[in-house]
This record gives sequence, structure tokens and C-alpha cells, in this order.
Amino acid sequence: MSDSIISIKDAVVSYREDVALRGVSLEVNSGEFVGIVGPNGAGKTTILTVLNGIGKLRHGRVRVLGQLIGNGNGNGHSLRKRVGYVAQAQNIDPRMPVNVREVVMMGRYGAMGIFRRPGKADWKIVDEMLDLVGMTHLSSRPIGHLSGGEQQRVAIARCLAQKPEILLLDEPTASLDWRAKSDILELVRLIHDTRGLTSLFVTHDLSALPVACDRIVLMKEGLIWSQGTTVTQLTDEKLSALYDIPIDIVRRRREQEITA
Amino acid sequence: MDFSIFGYQFMQNAILTGVLGGIACSVIGVFVVLMHMPFIGVCMSHAAFAGAMLGLWLGFDPLIGAFVMSLLAAAIVGPLADRGELNPETSVGVIFSLMLGLSFLFIGLMPGTKSTALEILWGSILTNTRGDIILLAIVAVVIVALVLLFFKEIQATVFNRDMALSVGIPATIILYGILFLTGATITATLRSIGGILIFSLILNPAAAAYQLTYSMKKMFLLSALFGVLSSLVGLFLSYYFNLPSGATIVVTSSLIFLAAVVFSPKRKVKRWQQKPVQETIT
Repeated sequence: MSDSIISIKDAVVSYREDVALRGVSLEVNSGEFVGIVGPNGAGKTTILTVLNGIGKLRHGRVRVLGQLIGNGNGNGHSLRKRVGYVAQAQNIDPRMPVNVREVVMMGRYGAMGIFRRPGKADWKIVDEMLDLVGMTHLSSRPIGHLSGGEQQRVAIARCLAQKPEILLLDEPTASLDWRAKSDILELVRLIHDTRGLTSLFVTHDLSALPVACDRIVLMKEGLIWSQGTTVTQLTDEKLSALYDIPIDIVRRRREQEITA
Repeated sequence: MDFSIFGYQFMQNAILTGVLGGIACSVIGVFVVLMHMPFIGVCMSHAAFAGAMLGLWLGFDPLIGAFVMSLLAAAIVGPLADRGELNPETSVGVIFSLMLGLSFLFIGLMPGTKSTALEILWGSILTNTRGDIILLAIVAVVIVALVLLFFKEIQATVFNRDMALSVGIPATIILYGILFLTGATITATLRSIGGILIFSLILNPAAAAYQLTYSMKKMFLLSALFGVLSSLVGLFLSYYFNLPSGATIVVTSSLIFLAAVVFSPKRKVKRWQQKPVQETIT
């Protein structure tokens, strides 16, 4: 495939005795928005860490943006500058002496290079990104004072300030309330479209999946279990088998979600 | 007021040591506080003490022993904390007590008088030699220069290592660099502040600064200020009341920390966070 900017072939990743990925192959085309769904421990986060070069490959070949990852091929810092990663929401110490604007600026640090200080152009990018995620009014607040949803918006702004070509989102809406969740999903999709990114969105929570994924990848026990369009993948039958829940319970829960 | 304090060579040396040591320790302290790893520092300072005792016993320079042992402790504890494999407090606790045990073992094995050993244990800022001061000056200058040069990398790393790594900053190298500097600082201040007390001069000024500001730059400056203040006030108290200098320095730095806690605007954080956003924007 000439157009694929992410190409994973037979990737195996293990932490000690636990095998997190057992031979996963995945191609992602430029501009695609891929949702990765699966129960806890399916290897979803591990796929993302492989793509930004932090996860250690045991076996297989991974090529991102034309760069081969792992196998002693550099330390990955240059690749990471081009791949934006938003991790799961974390507890930030409310006393942490870093403000919102500084956090977003950290996204520029990698690209800026060593010994260089943020210049006017960098701050301009930071302020644009804060505006984009609607956080300008909180820009001088200590990061630890923000709510979980606000902190995730800032994390997305930081990631965008990096000017990435690929956006990796690891459960960006976990532990957020319903409103914050839908706001962030809309924001992510909007940014993906307007900036022409290639995005991978990981979640275990179906209600946290952006409506318009180009493709859904279902993962289970370190393997890609099934993939295709939203309509073909997110069926009651498939989800029942994926999560090991009886089909009538899947149906009832999904109905509740729609009416909620 | 009695200004004779400035007239003696040993007091001039001590004041210089206090200023340089105060700066080096308190800057290191900012890392320790922000990275939530006070126990790594405690562990390293006791390892340094054990290394110094080993040197005294086997007859090589105790500072070399201190430096090697503190780096060894960092090499063991660092990866554990980095990967989060073991509960760091548990592993640090084991190494900490081992180091203390080794220190007393080496003291026991030492032939002859133990006065030098006790000097390193308690520290004696008043008997500093020119060589000690030069070493300390080098360490202090290197630390301040590195913080200035790599401020943005350090800022991102202490804020969140995984995040720093994901934006393309070599956060692991920065982490080990910080541990290395901690070892160097502890070694350079071991003889003057002492193996037992050194850690409070690392932790207290930074912990006090942490209470008072939301800017990392200001935190470095305040911490250095508190570090120097602790050393100087401690020295004067020691001189005028004829008290052990290490002890007065530590008590002074603890009092500064207490004052910072009392006056901290951050104590209101909890209440402030609960307010609706509209009220807090002005």
C-alpha cells in the first residue's frame, strides 16, 4: 500500500511474562480516523506506544511516516516530534508550579531542539491552540487547578502545538462526565478534519467513540480480532463476543446509552 | 553587634561554603520535590556516607567513596523508580537501611580513632579546606549552568516524564542526569554539612519554595535563596551560641519551611478548586 503512513507487521510486545501484543498487523492510510476498541488488557495502549517508539518491540516491523522503528534504529526522539500523543487523564498535583500556557508550550520543546528558548512564533502557536480548544481564559492558571476535562483539552492543545502528522489518543475521555466527553469527541474530530491529520483513537468505552470513525479495529487479548466500518463492527453480536457479555445484555445497555 | 565573625579565615571559608552549598543543595531539592522522590535523595545521601566510611576504612579518599556509592545507589534505585516495577518506597527503604548498616559496619572495622568518621556523619563546616570549597564551587556552578541551559527539558521532565518523552525530549537521560547531579552535590557537601543532615538542606528550602509559588523559575530562585539563608543564619547561630553548625543549619531550614507552610497561598487550593470557574476569573 503506497498510501499507508503507519504500517505494523506482525508486532509482538511483551512486558515480562505478559504478552501485550501477539503478532498484530495494521495498515493506516494518511488522513484516516481509526477507532480502536476492546476490553481492558487487549493491547490498545500498547499499539499506541509502539507507534511513538516508546513501546519495545520483541518481534515484527513497524514503519511510521516512512521511518522504521526499533531494532536499534535510533532512539525514536526524532519520530516522536512528529507524532502527537495524548495519554489517559492523569492526576496532576494542584501545587505543581506549571501553568496552562507552559504545558502547551512543552509540545513545542521537542521540535525546538536543545539549547533553544521559546520565541514569539512559538508562543503564537501556543495561544492559537489554546484558542482552538477553548482554553484561552484559563491560560495563566496553574495546570493542577483545572478540572479533568479542562486538563484533557490542554493536553490536546499541547499535542497540537507539536504540529504532529499523526495524532494518538489514549482514552482521552476516560473519567470525564458525559458533557465533557461529548465536547472532547467533537473537538477531536473537528481538529482531525481541519488539520488533515491521521488519527488513532483508543477506548474501551463505546460511548466515547467519535461518531464518524473511518474504520473500527476491535482488539482482544493482544490480537486484532476484527476490523471494518463502524456499521459492520459495532454490531450487538460482535460486541457480545468481544466483551464476553450475553447479547441481550449488550442490546439493553446500548439502548440505555442511546436514550441517556 | 559583634562582627568578629568575618575576621577569621575559617569563618570566611564557612560562609563561602554555606552560600555555595546552599545554592547547590536547594537547586537539587527542586528536582527532588517536583519529581516526588525525596526517598531517592535520602537513600543517596546515606549511600554517600557509607562510601565515605569505606574510604576511611580502606584508606582512600572518602569523597571518592562517597561519590561512587551515591551513584551506585542511584543506579539501583533510579531504574526501579523509572519503570515503576517495584514500589519505590519499599526498595528505597531496603537500600537506605542497608547503607546505614554498611556505614556502621565500616566504622566498626576502622582501626584507631573514629573522629573523622563522626565529622563526616555530623559535618563540620568550620574546618573546611580550600580544596573543599573549590570542589563545591565547581559543583554549584555546573548545576546552575545546567539548569539554565536545559531549563525547558528539565521543566518538561519534572512535570511529567512520559509526556516529555512523547514530545521528543530525552527524558530518561535528563532523569539520570538529575540523579548524577544529586550524587555530586551530596558528595561535595558531605564533609561540611554531614551525611545525616545533608538531606534536610536539599529538601527543606525546595519544599518551602514549593509552598509559595506557581512558577518553576521562581521556585528555583526562592529555593536557592532559602538554601543560602539557612546556611548563613545557621552559621551565625552556631558561631554566637557555640552550637554544632550542621544542626543549626538544619533547624533553620526547617523553620523556614514551617513559615512557608503557614503563609502558603496553596493551602487554599482545595477551596479554590471547588469554586465555579466564573468566580475565579477576574
